[in-house]
Amino acid sequence: MRATVSLWFAVAKRSFRRYSTYRAATLAGIFTNSVFGIIICFVYIAVWSENPGAGGYDAKDAVTYAWLGQAMIMTVAVWNGGATDDLAARIKTGDVAIDLYRPVSLLGWYLASDLGRALYHLLTRGLAPTLVGAALFDLRYPADLLLSVQFAIAVVLAVTVSFGVRMLVSASAFWLLDDTGVKHLAAIFAMFFSGLTVPLVLFPGWTGDLATVLPWASYLQVPADIWLGKHPGTDAWAALAFQAAWTIALLWLCHLVLGLANRKVVVQGG
Amino acid sequence: MSVIEVQGVSRSFVVRRKVGWLGRERETVHAVRDLHFGVERGEMVGYIGPNGAGKSTTIKMLTGILVPTSGRLTVAGMVPSTQRTALARRIGVVFGQRTTLWWDLPLRDSFDLLRRIYRIPDARYRANMATFTELLDLAEILDTPVRQLSLGQRMRGDIAAALLHDPEVVYLDEPTIGLDVISKSSLRDFLRETNRERGVTILLTTHDLVDIEQLCSRVMVIDKGSLVFDGSLDGLHALGDARRTLVVDLVEPGEPIRSLGADTVKVEGPRQWLTFAADTSAAPLVADIARRYQVADLSILEPSIEDVIKQMYTRTPREG
Amino acid sequence: MVDAARSDLRAYAVLAWMWIRVSLTYRTSFAIMTIGQFLITGLDFVAILVMFSNVDSLGGFSLAEIAFLYGGSALCLGCADLVLGNIERLGQRIRMGTFDVMLVRPVSAYIQMCADQFALRRLGRITQAGVVFAWAIVALDIDWTWARVAMIPYLVVFGTVIFLALFTIGAAVQFWTSDASELANAFTYGGSTLAEYPMTIYPLEAVKALTFVLPLTFVNWYPSLFILDKPDPLGLPSAVQFAAPVAAAVLSLAAATCWRAGIRRYRSTGS
Repeated sequence: MRATVSLWFAVAKRSFRRYSTYRAATLAGIFTNSVFGIIICFVYIAVWSENPGAGGYDAKDAVTYAWLGQAMIMTVAVWNGGATDDLAARIKTGDVAIDLYRPVSLLGWYLASDLGRALYHLLTRGLAPTLVGAALFDLRYPADLLLSVQFAIAVVLAVTVSFGVRMLVSASAFWLLDDTGVKHLAAIFAMFFSGLTVPLVLFPGWTGDLATVLPWASYLQVPADIWLGKHPGTDAWAALAFQAAWTIALLWLCHLVLGLANRKVVVQGG
Repeated sequence: MSVIEVQGVSRSFVVRRKVGWLGRERETVHAVRDLHFGVERGEMVGYIGPNGAGKSTTIKMLTGILVPTSGRLTVAGMVPSTQRTALARRIGVVFGQRTTLWWDLPLRDSFDLLRRIYRIPDARYRANMATFTELLDLAEILDTPVRQLSLGQRMRGDIAAALLHDPEVVYLDEPTIGLDVISKSSLRDFLRETNRERGVTILLTTHDLVDIEQLCSRVMVIDKGSLVFDGSLDGLHALGDARRTLVVDLVEPGEPIRSLGADTVKVEGPRQWLTFAADTSAAPLVADIARRYQVADLSILEPSIEDVIKQMYTRTPREG
Repeated sequence: MVDAARSDLRAYAVLAWMWIRVSLTYRTSFAIMTIGQFLITGLDFVAILVMFSNVDSLGGFSLAEIAFLYGGSALCLGCADLVLGNIERLGQRIRMGTFDVMLVRPVSAYIQMCADQFALRRLGRITQAGVVFAWAIVALDIDWTWARVAMIPYLVVFGTVIFLALFTIGAAVQFWTSDASELANAFTYGGSTLAEYPMTIYPLEAVKALTFVLPLTFVNWYPSLFILDKPDPLGLPSAVQFAAPVAAAVLSLAAATCWRAGIRRYRSTGS
């Protein structure tokens, strides 16, 4: 068990390092996230000056939400990418057979790798634009230490949920020759239903109720609401439990799908 | 007038190296320096040298991709650095490791696109296509997207593409790299014939001395950016005294083989390595050994370019 | 000069047509991708609808007026993206060494880069923007004059040219840093997002910068003010409000300069 944990740790570390070599790309990305953050802030400011209590947020909440959104885009890899893209590539080349015969869990291996990537993106493309936002706008910060800890947990769970979704998308490559279409579609859903294009709290009527129970709500809306203190007391734990439930459900589904894929590879030889 | 004229051409790059945490150090690297040579119309010249010696830099300058730092350079009477697109119609280029074809298009469409881009007259295009399809055996692969072609098939396609617009000069950068023996040999036949029948001037870089041996009457060697040899392959061998290696697999392990004119340099069980002068035939040696020993298998290793150049230095100390 | 331009256009058409033919051989896939593009970009507008389920106006502009701004901006971006969307892959080509291949062909490398992998499916985005734009025109009670009618093609043409220039500058930067392709997105997609909303929501200083430094307001803002008969918050003389051709020309010149400098740099470093 200890050996497995240290292996996952090593995998995560290697993945972190791998992403940290693209320095110019990271700087360019930070700049782009910051520009979008600023534009979205002014749009939200306009919305909340028309309707100061829209969605139960005030203008300060909304502006903070805009920057949290920019911070989460790459951390949860809304546009796909990350370890799951490596898997899709390896399915196409057939190298995945090697992964399937490794004595360690394929799911654990890729999850560790994706967490390493997410940490790198959080510290660079997450943190840097947030600092830009903090310098330019009046943001709200977690009220106490407990909220900060809960937010940190929420970010990790956001990554695990998004990993589960992306993993299922990539695994479709086992059956479809090309996963581009599915990936495209998945990215659109993720972008819209995570609340990145517009906060889920603004969705009218039943659409809002629906959006908040879908897995994508874990990407941004849940962590943001914890940060903003919208889940008082034990509600925050309930929100984390919601994310954890989706994580377990999705990883279990991934496990089943990879089992089927394994059988397919073994029987058909790829 | 020579079709390629290179007079005192140099190309240096400024590279910035990281020093410590924030410091940067500028350093000038001379990729090629003071190159002088000419190539006559219809010649087929081998251009060899170790990796990083300046071969690609030279080719890039001859196509106009790269501008020389100093010196004069003309190809077909044009200055590549200022007349790049005009020159492009009169030269053909094959980059061995990168295709000039369109990855997603069937070979036929790639050719058709080149016909339009180079505005090749219909009659010429048809005639060339017929010739290349036959000589390069393209008929079966014309409708296959380039990405699905094997390395050898792709190279045949690339070479046809480079010749489609009847260029006067063709640069081939490692055309035989990664090909199997049969593909190599048929490619060489084609190049020899193209050179002879069409009078195309060919400059080819290679790592394979056999390419040079079978194709080029002249070879130029570049090392560390400078031209260190320009002459015939025999001259290079005489100068370098590179040795070929005969690998002998005996039926049973035994004493080191003794044979006239060869040195046994290594023995490993039944397998022995003998070296002999590159300018002598292997036949008498092989006959002698086969007569006196029980041989299971024989093979000959050609000296590598690196070996030849290394030998050259040990024989003729370089001044400067 | 004219000959060179004509031969460049011809080469562009030849290359683009080849890619269209390739994409049409996989009809189903092409149809799905085009409809996909339509829906993806459609969600951008759905986001605006969601906001308008909470408010009646933004920055003093009604939903239909914002739809007009959105449609104009997205239409210009879509057209520019159709013409040279794949130019952003320059850095990738440089890293893989395949840009050299373009430099040994008798056609300008710029034209080849623009036409590379020409994707007709981008019509999906253009159609979506066009639908929103058309809806806005119908829904708004515009006081049509000949000048206002003429202003619509004027908006689309010069807005597209402005985005073409921004795409080009963004790509040219990759001659220096080949893996910074995302930088361009801040100006192209960022610029288009910015222009989807009325300038009244941004600080005045920012709007001045977007007029005189990075002239994004000329994409659709000033033409829209004229068509919708709205006052300019900066109160600029009307001559300035009609300066889209000037902005487009200046940006194009800057783009050409950047591209040439980039090529020159590439040809003296080979990387």
